[in-house]
Amino acid sequence: MARIRPRGNGPQGLPGISVTGRRAGTFCLLLIATLCVQATRVQVFEAKELDHNSANQRLTIERYSQPRGNILVGADPVTGSVPTGGRYDYKRSYTDGPMYAAVTGFASQAYGNTQLEGTEDDLLTGTDGRLASWAVWNALARKQNPGGDVYTTLDRAAQEAAMRGLGSQKGAVAAIEPATGRILALASTPSYDPGSFAGYSSADQTAWNRLQTDTDQPMLNRALRQTYPPGSTFKVVTAAAALADGIVTDIDAPTDAPSPYVMPGTTTPLVNATSACDRPGLSLDTAMVLSCNSVLGYLGVQTGLDRMVGMAASFGFNDGRLDMPVRPARSNFDTKMNQSQVALSSIGQFDTAATPLVMAMVAAGVANNGTVMRPQLVDKLTKSDGAVVQLMKPAVYKRAMTPEVAGQVQTLMTDVVEDGTGRNARIGGAVVGGKTGTAQHGVDNSGTPYAWFISWAKPAGSTAVPPVAVAVVIADSDATDVTGGGLAAPIARSVMQAVLGR
Amino acid sequence: MATSSAVTRTAARPGRPVPTRRTTELVLVLAAVLLAVFGYIEVGVNVDGTVPADAAEYGAALGVLALAAHAVVRWRARYADPLLLPIAVLLNGIGLVVIYRLDRATAGRSAAPTQLLWSGLGVALFIAVVLMVRDHRRLRRYAYVGALAALVLLVLPIFFPPVYGARIWIVIGPLSFQPGEFAKILLAVFFAAYLAVHRDALALTGRRVWRWQLPRGRVFGPVLLIWAAFVGVLVLETDLGMSLLYFGLFVVMLYVATARTGWIAIGLALAALGTVTVGWLSPHVHSRLTDWLDPLGSIAAGKGANQIAQSLFAFAWGGELGTGLGNGHSMLIGFAAKSDFILATIGEELGLTGLIALFLLYALLISRGFRTGIALRDPFGRLLAIGLAAIVGLQVFVVAGGVLALIPLTGMTLPFVAQGGSSVVTNWIIVALLVRMSDIARRPAPEEA
Repeated sequence: MARIRPRGNGPQGLPGISVTGRRAGTFCLLLIATLCVQATRVQVFEAKELDHNSANQRLTIERYSQPRGNILVGADPVTGSVPTGGRYDYKRSYTDGPMYAAVTGFASQAYGNTQLEGTEDDLLTGTDGRLASWAVWNALARKQNPGGDVYTTLDRAAQEAAMRGLGSQKGAVAAIEPATGRILALASTPSYDPGSFAGYSSADQTAWNRLQTDTDQPMLNRALRQTYPPGSTFKVVTAAAALADGIVTDIDAPTDAPSPYVMPGTTTPLVNATSACDRPGLSLDTAMVLSCNSVLGYLGVQTGLDRMVGMAASFGFNDGRLDMPVRPARSNFDTKMNQSQVALSSIGQFDTAATPLVMAMVAAGVANNGTVMRPQLVDKLTKSDGAVVQLMKPAVYKRAMTPEVAGQVQTLMTDVVEDGTGRNARIGGAVVGGKTGTAQHGVDNSGTPYAWFISWAKPAGSTAVPPVAVAVVIADSDATDVTGGGLAAPIARSVMQAVLGR
Repeated sequence: MATSSAVTRTAARPGRPVPTRRTTELVLVLAAVLLAVFGYIEVGVNVDGTVPADAAEYGAALGVLALAAHAVVRWRARYADPLLLPIAVLLNGIGLVVIYRLDRATAGRSAAPTQLLWSGLGVALFIAVVLMVRDHRRLRRYAYVGALAALVLLVLPIFFPPVYGARIWIVIGPLSFQPGEFAKILLAVFFAAYLAVHRDALALTGRRVWRWQLPRGRVFGPVLLIWAAFVGVLVLETDLGMSLLYFGLFVVMLYVATARTGWIAIGLALAALGTVTVGWLSPHVHSRLTDWLDPLGSIAAGKGANQIAQSLFAFAWGGELGTGLGNGHSMLIGFAAKSDFILATIGEELGLTGLIALFLLYALLISRGFRTGIALRDPFGRLLAIGLAAIVGLQVFVVAGGVLALIPLTGMTLPFVAQGGSSVVTNWIIVALLVRMSDIARRPAPEEA
């Protein structure tokens, strides 16, 4: 034979069992090796994705395997945890759910987390690395830390005054401590009880579905997540810009605003709500007290788009990341406009829209002598034993104007309350500065106007920074006469009184 | 033989006593028992916060079983491979711990005591096999009788009510038995005996079709017939895992005996054809194939996570180091968590580390089986040892591949670990046969001793 057969002790020179057996053995070991590779794929490379799959209940089980940390107002928890006896060991409860819903948000086994329950979830659940004394070891041993507590900056009296004032109306209140940026009240009505769907039973599902389909949108956080045209309250921003820019130097001196004021590039005059405004040469102070559209629209155009945008931005407009730590909706002041649009925007119309929080920042910035503080809702984070994990530090957001200009704007605002549209906000024994707003909206202004009021207050004779600034909006009232001074100012007054009376 | 194994080299060296390695075995067996007791305590500490009250009893029971098996090996199979028994004890111990752990999550349905009882029976049969089968070659005589008996065992469950959609159980009162498990040993014996005699004829005679040598029907007929009967019965009983295992065993042993690579090609082609056909005909199998191709598909379809998805979730949650015994949530898998899906619990609670350690234990057991086969001199013994080792290897692959979504899921038990009496007993018999054969392979020839 020419061909040489392979060596072997099998049949006629084929490989014997020693060889084939070895090959078969190698094959079996290769099968096991394949299993190791697949296990590595699943347990290491795809693990994260699988852990976070919506159908995987493990994260939720883990989250509710121990009592959740609490959210506190002052020294009192407004949340709790109750044992369920079901698959998830505990569920969230709320001591006074609707009162604080705009702050706490909800922590639901079926529907996830929002607001502080969402942003502070790691801490409340106990997975935040700062809670662990031995982070690396705990990660290895998968030791779960007890959930930490979130102390809010809220003032219980202010919050209660805000909710009581809003009552059954649709609206929102935001109150800030001007010197620090601490949020004292954050209310939105109609509210809801976050505890009604904290679990995952059919009752929770029913409650959730009812809230979702409610046309009054009780779960919409109007103080943070909804913007409204600010109307005349925005004139505070325009006045500040005109003063800061030197367009007006003396608030009591006549301005060169014409009457009627025909907007540049159009034939349309900017109309006023009261005929008292229809005179040329009004001073800025008079224009603010009477809330004259023509004067402030004119001054806005004189100040110019860029300066107006700059002043609006220093109060929080056009900032999509104003986290406190909950993220509010972005308040808008257009950056590309013609002059007639600038005129309209300067009186809080056209595309200008603001959250109650940002309008509270406007009042607070003026009250704090021109320095706008970053709004913050969390005072401190602690471990379950009370040890502080993180302490709030006041932080400057932006310096909107000099203290001198701020002093002038403060005078404008106190005059509005003393002699103008904001008389309903007057408080005996206190200095109050404010500005009303009644913003038209809807097609041909057919909607019920938004009634606004922004203000600050301090004890009479005090030279310190006012301890409270507040913004109130009523979005949909049954009242026949909807004005900022009529509807919103009394609510602002009671919130300010609550803080002053501390 | 130029390429002989280490075992035969030792045996061939004159004037030097062959080490029995029995003390090595004893130490390893005791270590295996201690590891299992440690696992048992870990479950108690993690679930209840205390050491389980019956930890000592449990350890004692496992220890007595292990030491009894060791004593018999020491007495009657002195030269046996010292790794086989410790691996079996460790695997069985891990299985008992994990089942005990899963019992804690299913109130009122304890499986661990029964499993311990079956393990006891398994060890008893191990001892019986080591004592009674003094020379494995005697098994050749019973090859045909055994094959017939296996066929009868496989047909019997058809007359019993199906359990979870599969007619693979014989149920008598409270006892249930899965004859397919035991039949695989009989089938391996038959294949080994038949192929040892006919391998030359199978390899060399017959017609040549293109590049492949096909054997004459006369020689190949009986073996194909027996095999077809087995697979036919299994398909009817919808026990796919087992039919896949038989098929794989058949192909591997045929290749080892004849060295004809063509068999592997034909085997794979037939397997693919069979899978596609059955997948097309049976809705049960069809859904398994769909789940394998897209394990998370049912979630996207809004029907929630299926068992494969739940199994993958469990593995993923375990990550590299696992949650620790008792801290996982593998009960979310639902049905068959203690049997077919027990590996998911191991993956979740012992992590990738524990899982790979387990796979390596199986790899070690399999390689010792193959080594035994290669070290033996008689073709029957060689084929039998290789066949038995291949059974373990294929079974681990089919069940672990299934729960890891590497291959379609087929209901099967993880050798020694999963809940199931028939499985544990059968695996102890397989290890007993390997112990016996490794003893013969390593035993020095009488004249040299």
